[in-house]
Amino acid sequence: MTPAYVVRRIGFYVLICAITVFFAVPMLWIASAPFDKNPGLGVHWPDWTFENVRKTLDHPYALHSMVNSLIICITTALAVTAFAALASYALSRVRIPGRDALLYGLLLLSSVVTGTAAMVPIFVMIYQLGLIDSRFGVALVMTGGLLPAAIFILKDFVDAVPKSYEESARVFGASTLQILRDVVLPVARPGLATIMVWAFVNSWGNFLVPFLLIRSIDLQPGAVLMQTLTDEGGSVNLQVLPVFSLLFSIPVVVLYLLVNSRYGFRFHGGIKS
Amino acid sequence: MAGIDIEGLATVYPNGVRAVDGLDLHVADGEFFALLGPSGCGKTTLLRTIAGLESASEGTVRIDSVDVTRTEPGKRGVAMVFQDYALFPHMNVAENITYPLKVRRVAAATRAETAERTAGELSLNGLLERRPGQLSGGQQQRVALARAIASQGKVLLLDEPLSNLDARLRLEARTFLKKLQRDLGITTVFVTHDQAEALALADRIAVMESGKLRQLGTPREVFARPVNTFVANFIGSTPMNLLPGVVSSSGVSAAGGTLPAAASIPSGAEVTVGIRPEYLTLSTGDAIGPGLRGTVVVAENLGVQSLVSVDCDGTLIGVTVPEEQEPSVGKPVFLTAPPDRVLLYDRESGELLARQPVA
Repeated sequence: MTPAYVVRRIGFYVLICAITVFFAVPMLWIASAPFDKNPGLGVHWPDWTFENVRKTLDHPYALHSMVNSLIICITTALAVTAFAALASYALSRVRIPGRDALLYGLLLLSSVVTGTAAMVPIFVMIYQLGLIDSRFGVALVMTGGLLPAAIFILKDFVDAVPKSYEESARVFGASTLQILRDVVLPVARPGLATIMVWAFVNSWGNFLVPFLLIRSIDLQPGAVLMQTLTDEGGSVNLQVLPVFSLLFSIPVVVLYLLVNSRYGFRFHGGIKS
Repeated sequence: MAGIDIEGLATVYPNGVRAVDGLDLHVADGEFFALLGPSGCGKTTLLRTIAGLESASEGTVRIDSVDVTRTEPGKRGVAMVFQDYALFPHMNVAENITYPLKVRRVAAATRAETAERTAGELSLNGLLERRPGQLSGGQQQRVALARAIASQGKVLLLDEPLSNLDARLRLEARTFLKKLQRDLGITTVFVTHDQAEALALADRIAVMESGKLRQLGTPREVFARPVNTFVANFIGSTPMNLLPGVVSSSGVSAAGGTLPAAASIPSGAEVTVGIRPEYLTLSTGDAIGPGLRGTVVVAENLGVQSLVSVDCDGTLIGVTVPEEQEPSVGKPVFLTAPPDRVLLYDRESGELLARQPVA
């Protein structure tokens, strides 16, 4: 144990501590601030109270926005999973020339679809469809943006389903739809769960799309409402915001725990072919 | 129960490979039929074409006298067991076995009854609730067989049924399979690359090479009288000795000696002499009659017998001897063979030359 070694170890652990603190502070804030009598932007031992929670529950839009968020995200997650399952099965099984190029092209373009670059065309398109100020419209745009990546990920899971499973079912007289329902999708279930959670989490945190497409405050999802949580004077409403943040983070954490306990977030099909 | 008739069948892949190339075959009702050949010979493609998983490019397939060449796999009345068994990992054994019935919307009570009965026939009692992942290889194979039987196909197709089992289990499963086929009396076609498996199981064997049929016959015929050098080479756990030879008045001369031959072939004809190691007799005493003289080079113990390699005038010839008669290396020996076991093949084409007793 040379002194240089000791110094290096100490330096290493100090660095780790600094990084840990950097990430821990927001966590501690979200854990303590909602129950603090005088919530601030710093972290300190709270002066326990449930007054903030009551205020948040009384807020005219807070809970409503959560419901909006749930409606948008569940719709998006279900739509993405359903379409990605069908598309990835087709792309995995049907040989078409340029299939891989198509997939990579879609993947590249998808970051543009919901990205800043396409804001104006998307707004115009949704306007012409008459879907401005509609939660369905928001879900539609987010579905479009997430689908290519979802198909790309799910195709790997579907590729991992041995062909003999399907052929076996075919010999026994199963139709394509029966094969998909009885064999392919159940075997690729970890992939479907992954995609569903991933789509949900992505749309849950999406600010830009609902910000652009929704006008009425009572239709806004949580991600958009959060920036309007200010008091009459225009400063941040520090009584409602911490509780709201805590509520806002719960669905994502719950989903993560649920999928992790069932499938362990493995990014492979887990099938030996 | 039903036979299979195949006429002029060809399966051509999009890249132009003729995996099955103009094949005629008849599998009789209730027969246990083997498709044997080296990998890439088209035997699996032929099986899949019978099942309908590959579409025939030419020719016809008839099952039970019904032309099914263009029929969907599910409507042909075939049941198939895949090499990897293709058991559905998310269903338990009972659900796997009755999946073919579920597809046909058979009532749940009937399905449960079928699962119980079929599992009983294949000694899978008590495993119905398990998932395939919790079963041994042999059990998985029996579940796959049970599922095929439960589907009540007229014809059972098995793709390499024993290749996924380890060596000891394979023998057990082989006996089981043969007994099961006999008990059910179902027309069965199976694919294998293992000649021992084909000889042991099948009523008749079709030996294939590059999509073509090279020989069709009972295991005995195929073993004792291969019609060409390809089959001669392929069949038998110890390879057949194939030596260049010339027909003479007293028999056929090869490897510095003479072997008796019972073929009516003009003297001086160049041939390939084929003789199985099992049919050669090794003696250490004086040479009597026609035979080959040589010295022992290697002796390999095969258990109850030994495979001895004898150097006869620069050519290595294999001969099997009983275990207690294994000669020491370097010993001069004399090899003889009964005339009807010496097969003569055309040197050019490799085809068996007609064996007729010399007048």
